[in-house]
Amino acid sequence: MDSSFFFGVSTVAYILAMMAYITYIAFKNLNIGRAATAFTITGFLLQSIGILSRWKEFYDLSGMGWLRSAPLTNLYESLIFFVWCLILTYLVVEFKYKNRSFGAFVTPVAGLALAFIDLSGMSKEIQPLVPALQSNWLLVHVMMSFIAYAMFALSFSTALMYLITTTHKKTEGSYIFWTVMLGVFAAVLAAMGLDFLKFKLVAATPEALIKSYLFKATFSNASPLISVLSYMAALGLVFAVWNYGSILKKLIGAFGISDKTLDEITYKSIAIGFPIFTLGGLIFGAIWADQAWGVYWSWDPKETWSLITWFVYAFFLHARTLRGWRGHKAAVVAVIGFVAVIFTYLGVNLLLSGLHAYGSQ
Amino acid sequence: MEKLKEKTPIDRIWDFFASVKLAIVIFALIGLTSIVGTVVEQQVTEAKNIEVISKIFGSSAAPAIYNALDALGFMDMYRSWWFTTLLGLFAANLLICSIDRFPAIWRLVRTPIKPLEKEHIKGMSIKREFVLKGSPDKLKAAAEAAMKAAGFRPSESKEAGEVQLYSEKGRMSRLGIYVTHFSILIILIGAIIGVFLGFKGGLNLPEGSSYSVAFARTGPATNEAVREREIIISATESAGGSVAAAAESLGVGEDRLRARMKELGMEPLDFIIRCDDFEVEFYDKSDMPKSYTSLLTVMDGGREVLKKWITVNDPLKYKGFTFYQSSYGLMPDKADVRFILRLTSPSGQSETLRVRQGEKFLIPGTKLEVTAADFSPALSFDEAGRPFTYNEMMNNPAVHLDITSAGAEEVHKWVLKRYPDTGTLASGHFIQLLDIWGGQYTGLQVRRDPGVWVVYLGCLLMSIGLYVVFFLSHRRIWISLHGAKGSVTVTLGASANKNREALERKATKIESLLREGGK
Repeated sequence: MDSSFFFGVSTVAYILAMMAYITYIAFKNLNIGRAATAFTITGFLLQSIGILSRWKEFYDLSGMGWLRSAPLTNLYESLIFFVWCLILTYLVVEFKYKNRSFGAFVTPVAGLALAFIDLSGMSKEIQPLVPALQSNWLLVHVMMSFIAYAMFALSFSTALMYLITTTHKKTEGSYIFWTVMLGVFAAVLAAMGLDFLKFKLVAATPEALIKSYLFKATFSNASPLISVLSYMAALGLVFAVWNYGSILKKLIGAFGISDKTLDEITYKSIAIGFPIFTLGGLIFGAIWADQAWGVYWSWDPKETWSLITWFVYAFFLHARTLRGWRGHKAAVVAVIGFVAVIFTYLGVNLLLSGLHAYGSQ
Repeated sequence: MEKLKEKTPIDRIWDFFASVKLAIVIFALIGLTSIVGTVVEQQVTEAKNIEVISKIFGSSAAPAIYNALDALGFMDMYRSWWFTTLLGLFAANLLICSIDRFPAIWRLVRTPIKPLEKEHIKGMSIKREFVLKGSPDKLKAAAEAAMKAAGFRPSESKEAGEVQLYSEKGRMSRLGIYVTHFSILIILIGAIIGVFLGFKGGLNLPEGSSYSVAFARTGPATNEAVREREIIISATESAGGSVAAAAESLGVGEDRLRARMKELGMEPLDFIIRCDDFEVEFYDKSDMPKSYTSLLTVMDGGREVLKKWITVNDPLKYKGFTFYQSSYGLMPDKADVRFILRLTSPSGQSETLRVRQGEKFLIPGTKLEVTAADFSPALSFDEAGRPFTYNEMMNNPAVHLDITSAGAEEVHKWVLKRYPDTGTLASGHFIQLLDIWGGQYTGLQVRRDPGVWVVYLGCLLMSIGLYVVFFLSHRRIWISLHGAKGSVTVTLGASANKNREALERKATKIESLLREGGK
């Protein structure tokens, strides 16, 4: 049994957990809730075994020592590790806050991300390390960055849930913010889906697809008509989310998580993620860059985006402690922070070039 | 009051820099301009960035947008005057904000906890009040034990009819935020030291060659300057790297020579660095690199002092300079290379040969005469079986051998390093290509940065500061025992500047221990 077998089974476990969590919210049956937790833990353990066995596979193949064989070297492996961190964080929250409702939000993300990795045809090959990555810093730097990303992802989802459940009027700034945000997000995903359908045969890999054909099926289409229509459709989508946002509010309101808890989890996960990100992402990254490239800071796009992300979260923390920002304002900043994280993690590798382009290989 | 006075201009400037609003504006400006800087590639050709801009705004608008951004300095923005100014403002704001808020925090840090009025204790964010039956002395002992069990060492004060126990932990943790902010300033100072006193450049060192200088990014512009540079380089080289000796031989002062070298884009090393070998290894038979290594030798004062194989993550350090493996390439002039071949006879005896290009050698025991006529850095064969060079780097080196023997037709043969089978001769001999030496250079990044330790110190301080800020807190607790035997009112108050829930749990623990112990 190789690692992909364990990843496959863990995906199934997360999808079962998702169904169980949703059923649990609908019927409030404690046994179903326990089953949901059991599925999640099973999925998590299987995924852990998968990661360890991939580590072993990598070790056997590369012969470079354990520390340098961590399976964290390409997009496929990093997404898997990201999901693993997310589930771990969720389990901690579930036990600490004794609240399972949140699982209905997290397990779909995990299951879908893993299923997406499978369907997109992303390269799963174990690739040997290029010389620049052959360092013991790889493990600490990448691992801590991803733990921080997972904390930020958690703060993003609680902040978004907070905004969804506590905004009431359609003219309210925070309501407009989250509906437009979600609408744009959905439009971008839909446009990327269309790119995939249209160009999947031309592009060799999903990475090449995004690099060369992003929005070519819609917004950047050669035909101006299709381009204009795409923009209109996107606007329509944003409008639809804005207009029917209350449905989402009811749905998430059914989870029964208190506003205060959401606000607190948003803050706490940032308060844990921020120092980990500073140390593992920025400081260890600088030390490694100093050793490998001879510059501890070179304003490479990945570094710059990490710094932007760091600024946004530093702003969040200062606004909270100095100005007492709570609730809507803080949630908006937390959402923006995670947009910066997504860009640091995926956008830079897929859209921009630079020294850090390993993840896209 | 001072406050009523008209504000002097200095006060106004101070207030401007101490404002949180300025901080937000600077954060936003640095963030937003940085985004532009990650989209347009820095320090690349005009054509490349016009292509990038075309992708976003269309090709018709691209040249105009490029020119506008170029005029604003965005093509090398992190070195532009306005970005440096923004970073300077950021540092000033951070420093002045810290100084402005420091006295208040310093007072808090310097003043230890004192007993409080009962009313004050009741005003704490965590408070408990209950009546116990035991004797005051016994209860006091129980309260002391409970506080100790919760990790506090209580002090005691007595007043008429009241005993108060109080304790605090982590008072110094209030300074964590200053340590963090201060560390950012230290890192910036380290960076400035690096910019002004450091050197960052490169050196392309051919196999077998040595240099006594490294080169800055920009070199001399005129032919005359290039000639002058050559003269200085050969003078320092023959002086064994010593600038002082070179200055003497050139008949100028040492300081004058050093200054002139800077102007000509050179950094004197004061020693000699030589590349003895450069090797690229590939994974299996692919073109995916596994390692780049160079064997470097340092010669100082006429002696070899250091010899090391460097790799990408393992540079060589000597006298403040660090040499990093950063690139490699083929020498444009390929005339003077050596082919390192291993010749194995049918009986299994082997010897290693170093052959120049065009040089002939005999295969012992036969009449075969072999000439290493030509080589290819990366040989491949097309569909018709014709050889061609597919890459300018030495990815798949091959040597072309002309084999002649008296009376027989000349045989031509490509022998590839990656495919040893290609070296089998009809006579049963076997020629293996071990290396093509002298055809490549190793690209070294050369750096001297006296500020890097300051930056690391800043990083260390930041780690400590962040730990204190996020994981420690200033916790204070007071317990007042009031009343006589049989009816003692216990008032407990506690406060924490962070993580109140944890202290709340401790307060609950103390309360239950006290109720238990007071029985």
